[in-house]
Amino acid sequence: MIFLAKITIGLKEGMLNPEAMAISHALGNLGFPTDDIRTERVFLIRFDAADHRDAEEKARGMCERLLANPVIHHYEIEVHR
Amino acid sequence: MRFAVIQFGGSNCDRDAHYVLSEICGVDTDLLWYKEGLPRTYDAVIIPGGFSYGDYLRAGAIAARTPAMKDITAHAGRGGLVLGICNGAQILAESGLVPGVFSINAYPAFICREVYLRVDQTASPFTSLYRPGEVIRIPIAHKEGRYVAPDAVIRELEEEGRIAFRFCSMEGDLTPESNPNGAMGSITGILNREKNILAMMPHPERASEVILGSEDGKKVFLSMIGHIESSGST
Repeated sequence: MIFLAKITIGLKEGMLNPEAMAISHALGNLGFPTDDIRTERVFLIRFDAADHRDAEEKARGMCERLLANPVIHHYEIEVHR
Repeated sequence: MRFAVIQFGGSNCDRDAHYVLSEICGVDTDLLWYKEGLPRTYDAVIIPGGFSYGDYLRAGAIAARTPAMKDITAHAGRGGLVLGICNGAQILAESGLVPGVFSINAYPAFICREVYLRVDQTASPFTSLYRPGEVIRIPIAHKEGRYVAPDAVIRELEEEGRIAFRFCSMEGDLTPESNPNGAMGSITGILNREKNILAMMPHPERASEVILGSEDGKKVFLSMIGHIESSGST
């Protein structure tokens, strides 16, 4: 069966996010001040799996072996048919 | 004695490293396209700087998962030396051959300039020709070089003497101003537990000739050669 995994990868709580700081600075310059901005990355991946559980398992494998770096990232997985 | 310099798509300091080893240090060195893996045994493998795979995903992340890294891991497992410079250091961290990660600089700009480093560990195959605490001048050129690791890992690195280089001032002091990328503990060169793998962000191959302004980096290569000679390789 073909599944679509939506994988969201973000920095763990407390990790410095220089990209968000730069964006926050630019937003402030445009008149949108904020001191709380987070950036995350979304991957939409279509692949074959035996069932929903297998698809989640495979998506977790993708995160742990490549997409995320466990030292700095957390990830969330949503799997759809 | 034979060295190998691995070329990934996007490596761009491969020829510099090859030139310094073969022409300046006079050691036989092969330039190897990563798809060849390691076709024979080598005494040392250099993973050079550059932007392998365009730094897609994270710097070094994709190169770290290529089959060539299995050969390099096996080479290290046999006690062979591995030196990762800049992108090579990122690849070694992404491979898990050294702990932690080299992440985006605290001030997210590409920094290319000379910096001062303090040699914190001289009992390693890469640093034996330096004096303990010696301050050396070597350039950096990176945007993702801020060393990050859990506190427990930093403690372990310190206790086991696995920090080879830290950013410092001209006098050798660790100050925020002398830490160009915001690295934890100003760390920019780390060894694996067995001390036969070194991952460093600064470029010793760009500081190996007086004509380039500094030859402080040359001792990294000469230390490696001395180590290999003393361990009886031909």
